[in-house]
Amino acid sequence: MTLIENASRRGFLEGALATGAFVLSVRLVPKPLWAEGEPPAPALQPGLWMSIAPDGSITIIAHRTEMGNGIRTSLPIVLADELGAEWNRVKVEQALGDPKYGDQETDTSHSVRDFFDLMRQTGAAGRLMLLRAAATQWGVAPAECDTGEPHFVLHRPSGRKLGFGELAESAAKQPVPHREELKFNPPSAWRYIGKENHHLYDLPDMVVGRARYGIDQSVPGMVYAAIERPAVLGASVKSHDNKEALKVPGVKQTVVIETFKPPHGHQPMGGVAVIADNTWAAFQGRKKLKVEWDNGSHVGYNSEQFRKTLAETARKPGNVIRNIGDVESAFAKGGNIIEAEYFTPHLTHASMEPPVAVVDVRDGKAYCWVPTQDPQQVQKTLADLLGIKPEDVICHVTLLGGGFGRKSFQDFVAEAAVLSQRLAKPVKAVWNREDDIRFGYYHPSAAMYMKAALGSDGKPVAWLQRSVFQGSNSTTDGEVLYAGQDEMDNGWTDVPFDLPNHRAESGPARANVRIGWLRSVTNIFHAFAVQSFADELANAAGKDPVQYQMELIGAPRKIDFFGTKYQNYGASLDQYPYDTARLRRVIEIAAEESGWGEHPPGRGRALGFAAHRSFLTYVATVVEVEVDSRGQVHIPHVWTAVDAGTVVSPDNVRYQFEGAAVFGTSLALFGEITATNGVIDQSNFHNYQITRMNRAPRHVDVHIVKSEAPPAGVGEPGLPPFAPALCNAVFAATGKRVRELPLSKTKLV
Amino acid sequence: MIRFKVNGKEQTFDGDPDMPLLWYLRDVAQLTGTKFGCGMALCGACTVHQNGAAIRSCITPMKEVGGSEITTIEGIAPMHPVQKAWMEIRVPQCGYCQTGQIMQAIALLKENKSPSDQDIDTAMAGNLCRCGTYQRIRAAIHQAAGQTA
Repeated sequence: MTLIENASRRGFLEGALATGAFVLSVRLVPKPLWAEGEPPAPALQPGLWMSIAPDGSITIIAHRTEMGNGIRTSLPIVLADELGAEWNRVKVEQALGDPKYGDQETDTSHSVRDFFDLMRQTGAAGRLMLLRAAATQWGVAPAECDTGEPHFVLHRPSGRKLGFGELAESAAKQPVPHREELKFNPPSAWRYIGKENHHLYDLPDMVVGRARYGIDQSVPGMVYAAIERPAVLGASVKSHDNKEALKVPGVKQTVVIETFKPPHGHQPMGGVAVIADNTWAAFQGRKKLKVEWDNGSHVGYNSEQFRKTLAETARKPGNVIRNIGDVESAFAKGGNIIEAEYFTPHLTHASMEPPVAVVDVRDGKAYCWVPTQDPQQVQKTLADLLGIKPEDVICHVTLLGGGFGRKSFQDFVAEAAVLSQRLAKPVKAVWNREDDIRFGYYHPSAAMYMKAALGSDGKPVAWLQRSVFQGSNSTTDGEVLYAGQDEMDNGWTDVPFDLPNHRAESGPARANVRIGWLRSVTNIFHAFAVQSFADELANAAGKDPVQYQMELIGAPRKIDFFGTKYQNYGASLDQYPYDTARLRRVIEIAAEESGWGEHPPGRGRALGFAAHRSFLTYVATVVEVEVDSRGQVHIPHVWTAVDAGTVVSPDNVRYQFEGAAVFGTSLALFGEITATNGVIDQSNFHNYQITRMNRAPRHVDVHIVKSEAPPAGVGEPGLPPFAPALCNAVFAATGKRVRELPLSKTKLV
Repeated sequence: MIRFKVNGKEQTFDGDPDMPLLWYLRDVAQLTGTKFGCGMALCGACTVHQNGAAIRSCITPMKEVGGSEITTIEGIAPMHPVQKAWMEIRVPQCGYCQTGQIMQAIALLKENKSPSDQDIDTAMAGNLCRCGTYQRIRAAIHQAAGQTA
């Protein structure tokens, strides 16, 4: 039995760092994800972000989740750089869930954005304390000391030096400096930030099979659970027959899990759990269960019918979320009126590691080892469910075999907790792929209606856009009809075109499945509609799509969101304005790198283009397609230009954008979740396909714009422009306009 | 009683002969480097070697393991040229599928010392990566081929 290394450790101070001589942290003031305005300024306080041991080894806390986003490298390396440390002497330790770290919800592409300055401050404070300790020891002025050579403090006039390890004990006795005393390395002095000299911290473990994910966790005395869940959301167990299940060798018992009380939030779906002494026995026993269900109202959910409802809703006036001028009177004047309707289906995350959790409820506490994107939500969810305090939920965060937003929802941890409490044993609840596909928190299906009137110069004099989809607020708030402001601000409120008459609306839609966040969220379909429609208008106007887009964007400016409730991804518009000059710049680069305009389309081969700002990052993508004689789409080349402000790890940015092109290919070519009578039709990778190597883009070139602007998101922004760029290329290659995803719905030959 | 070798060591198994090798490796032998992804041989995360050939351990019942030699990622002596190339090209993102990818790539290079892009696509098409690292996997296989040639 493999034991969890730090199972008994209550917290960081009592763990490895307590043996270090020097422990320092920045205490963060937690802020809600979508807080309006500026977050309160954090204060430097003693605590627990890093330690230096007397042997010079440094431990840095990673408080956010690693799921392929590179964050166990990107934030610690910022601290190490500012501290003057040698990166290869740093050990990264994963934080437990605890509000003392501030926000730990790893989504919305904001880890580096929100914690870059704090990591620098912590590093700078540590460096100053080391300098002062050395200066005291030498009896010299601290100003004469420096950290020119990594891991050493140097006395410049005399050339004497002391290692960080030698200084650890005395540095710990220095008072923590005030923020005003801190001096930061200028970007020209950065040794790791923005450089190519480091790889993922966990890379060596990953290539030898030593990296430990949620599914690899085990604790002594643990039993395994497989859960038969209701196929229709909200259904409950009417009766169940476990006789055959109990005959399976290794199966111990079955346990009924109550169905949630709406709203479902992070609660268990309900069902019958089969408890066994290994995963396979639990899976086998589950197959032998006979369960009768009481289905609720969601049994009426049929995707095809619902799609029509969404489209009809999108044709009617909705809630106005942004309004400039008067589109109705402009449309009334006639001119060249163009209308288009777009549709995109439900999607699911399908991370390679399905949801899984190990939970041990004992002595009024819950110990968890889970691949979660949000350990503090685990604390809240389990506290509510078990009737204990959040601080009594000890949540260890493992590596995640992908997350993409699915593991921001904690239903899979809640199930294991219910079972552990009931059985008084540690429980590992393992989801199979069918569970993952059929019990997701789905990306909403969306209908978008677009209308424009073109003037004699081909430019729109009026532009109306209407979006209808199930908001993720239905998951937390229950019976809501309109999506929250945050989801409208993902590419809908913030269409960057300079238009005299412009209106953005949203329409009502009821959710019949659990709705969640999937990589780049509603930006996916908003960018699809806006960037496809822009391409349609360019063609109607007889203009080049890139040139036309530049005309739509207009002169460089900072967009005025007056009259809207635009939230700008929780960031201030002063610090992170929507700067169309930066958008124009990435478009110019992508066009130049791809040789846009130099390759006239022909023989089923063509380029397509789209640009989109999301998560405060500006992206332009050109996709080359080749449509073969059978109508199959191949993607020889993708060029993406990205301006994400200050970049910590350029290679990680390339990773994320290379990956987004593949993720985008999956959703554009194949991605579709449907329901029949409330039951999800797909179940595994044969009918919910994700891109394989032979269908993936062959070359993805990522151009990172050099910038000293504050850091912005990189995990998600690569995705939104991909599908429209691809579909615009398909139009250029075949003359077939794709208004519905996945692309397989449109016959190309 | 089923007798076989895992990573060079003799093993016996007298449990359910229909249990897939994957769950034996993970739950019984505690060799967790081999991953569960789909249970239907659709994703390749569970790839191991049986007598040197790549197989999907999720659909290989223990009764078909008897008398054979199983090699898992833990049985590959680091740093194998493929692992080294994976490090240098920095292939993994989340890393979950990568042990399966590496086992598939090692098996490919054993049969084909210098695979073309087409050969690589064909051999690796059964191994899914949701993070989308295919471009780097292809580059790393070419690099490893150069080193093993």
